[in-house]
Amino acid sequence: MRQCSFDVHAYDEEDDAIVSADDRCVGCQRCATYCPTGAITIRLSERDFRLNANWRPEHLMDIKRQAETGGVILTGMGNDKPYRIYWDHLLLNASQVTNPSIDPLREPMELRTFLGAKPDRLRFADGRLLTELAPQVRLEMPILFSAMSYGAITYNAQLALMQAAEECGTLCNTGEGGWPRDFRRFGKNVIVQCASGRFGVDFDYLNQAAVVEIKIGQGAKPGIGGHLPGEKVTPLVAETRMIPVGTDALSPAPQHDIYSIEDLSTLIYALKEATNYEKPVSVKIAAVHNAPAIASGIARAGADIIAIDGVRGGTGAAPKVIRDNVGIPIELALAAVDRRLRREGIRNRVSLVAAGGFRSSADVIKAIALGADAVYIGTAALVAMGCTLCQQCYTGKCAWGITSADPVLAKRLNPDIATRRLVNLVKAWSLEIKEMLGGMGINAIESVRGNRLHLRGVGLEEWELETLGVRGAG
Amino acid sequence: MLREDSALSDRVLSIDTSGVYYRDLNKMLREGVAKGAREFVLRGVTGQRYIGTGLVERVSIKIFGTPGNDLGAFMDGPSIEVFGNAQDGLGNTMNSGKIVVHGNAGDLLGMAMRGGKIFVKGDAGCRSAIHMKEYRDMRPTVVIGGTARDFFAEYMAGGEVVLLGLTLPPGVRHSCAFMGTGMHGGRIYIRGAIDPSKLGKGVIIQELSEPDWETVKARVAEFAAYFDMDAGAILSAPFVKLCPASTRPYGVLYAGRN
Repeated sequence: MRQCSFDVHAYDEEDDAIVSADDRCVGCQRCATYCPTGAITIRLSERDFRLNANWRPEHLMDIKRQAETGGVILTGMGNDKPYRIYWDHLLLNASQVTNPSIDPLREPMELRTFLGAKPDRLRFADGRLLTELAPQVRLEMPILFSAMSYGAITYNAQLALMQAAEECGTLCNTGEGGWPRDFRRFGKNVIVQCASGRFGVDFDYLNQAAVVEIKIGQGAKPGIGGHLPGEKVTPLVAETRMIPVGTDALSPAPQHDIYSIEDLSTLIYALKEATNYEKPVSVKIAAVHNAPAIASGIARAGADIIAIDGVRGGTGAAPKVIRDNVGIPIELALAAVDRRLRREGIRNRVSLVAAGGFRSSADVIKAIALGADAVYIGTAALVAMGCTLCQQCYTGKCAWGITSADPVLAKRLNPDIATRRLVNLVKAWSLEIKEMLGGMGINAIESVRGNRLHLRGVGLEEWELETLGVRGAG
Repeated sequence: MLREDSALSDRVLSIDTSGVYYRDLNKMLREGVAKGAREFVLRGVTGQRYIGTGLVERVSIKIFGTPGNDLGAFMDGPSIEVFGNAQDGLGNTMNSGKIVVHGNAGDLLGMAMRGGKIFVKGDAGCRSAIHMKEYRDMRPTVVIGGTARDFFAEYMAGGEVVLLGLTLPPGVRHSCAFMGTGMHGGRIYIRGAIDPSKLGKGVIIQELSEPDWETVKARVAEFAAYFDMDAGAILSAPFVKLCPASTRPYGVLYAGRN
């Protein structure tokens, strides 16, 4: 009964019975998981609305709530609407007869990935490299943890992500809400964000990190800013964001010093000057209709990494209408961006990181075959820590201690267990990627990068195959 | 990479910057600091960007000419004095230090500034002093001698901005539109008349309280000292204060739980 943070259960003394307010249940499964007698089962409640394929219960409920409040409807996590998921229509190749497959259990398999600008050509003299190389960061596998701010997720959740990134040899992104001082020791495994609110962005913040990312947009809410409500600005959040306790933390929709590609370039080089050209600078955009042209501009503006977040990308809080209707799927955006940069001969100048709803190692390797250098995982990482996708992150009542604002609830996440689970997930996916690579007769992830010949489409229209640059199966 | 004609003596490094690429110039500054220079005199500056960016030492930099965009961006410590005009992005996301401009400034002056001081003798462009914020003893200060253009001090979350209007002809009001839109913290002090219709949403005009006056007096005195002006004369005209109507301007925007 005490497990529920949404006040579903109550004890009625008179009747000596537990009563449930079913309409408050968000389906987070906390009570069912922790029920000592296994007595709780959560079922989707029967709707009392008359069935209607057009006016579905969600529409009716939303309209009623807005009629009551006059407010914007918020939600958390990624788009839950049934848009086509292209990963489910792309199948991988394997070797048969003509090219032997490789057993990753006895052969070395290379997943190591370097993010950063690569030179157009290398020049040597007397066996010495003359070309000056741009800064690179090394990942032991092409999987990074997405941007999740302290404040949106709990201290323990961010600690677990950073510990896991360090142990796996990959990177974890602080998000735009600053970087708690205690976590600076993970600097080699941390990407810091410079976003429209510029929270906590100072010299130490930029220079302690491995990568600096300019956040232009997010897949769950392209083109809009964010408001961390004052009640969530606790003393430690205030210190991390460097704002007074209890004030709203506003992230304006645009960064007001970036109104053009030229302005973006100015900020990219400001950050490079501030970090003595020692760190790659990433630019993260939401996948939108004109992503290829924008990506070309970003590459030419001097970015070392472009991160693209698709329409299924998660969020701690976003207006539902934006999350569910703005942006395009990562598969199409990634393929189009990769092709555009290749055609322009500038693909080597940037690394591409894809984000937005990666559910399995198969999604990851398919993204790499479509041109990604690496992928960001956010939702999958949260699920590894205990998240059940109840989409209530913005309420601060997370029953699993992941996005909870209440310190008592936040204690429910044991950071060491969460770290272990994250490391296990990344290890398992890495192993599966090696198996799939081996099956293709390939021993390095580099060989499948942008190699669409390893993909075939099923159940896709001609235009979709063309955008993806993939041939139909058979 | 210090050029031979750069002279380092008495910890003062004098550099003729004409024709020097910004990246090389900033490298010279960093190397100069490493070699013990504490004061830089840059002559013939013609649009080099990011001067002072990435410096955390309390050095002083005198600039003769016209520095480029993002002068002092992400700066944390140095004092910069510009004998000329500044361009866009002056003091962008600055953390501490001081910038004094004997001329005008472009757009985005003091954007997202978190600490330190900026004094501009003349006018400032659009989007000046937007999204400034404060935390504990870090309180950014901007004083603009002239007037500013549209979107002045939007999203202001902390610190203080003083707009003196000294370049306005007699009887002419500040004409920047959308002043202080989204303001939810900090203080804006304005000398001279403003047109209430130019105020952004959620901003109200107030009389100055006694502590407000003390702040304004101190800032004006410092301003007047840099530009050799008469503080008393500046303070003799009336001031108003702009305040946020709420520290939670967007608190009622959302419906309840899903």
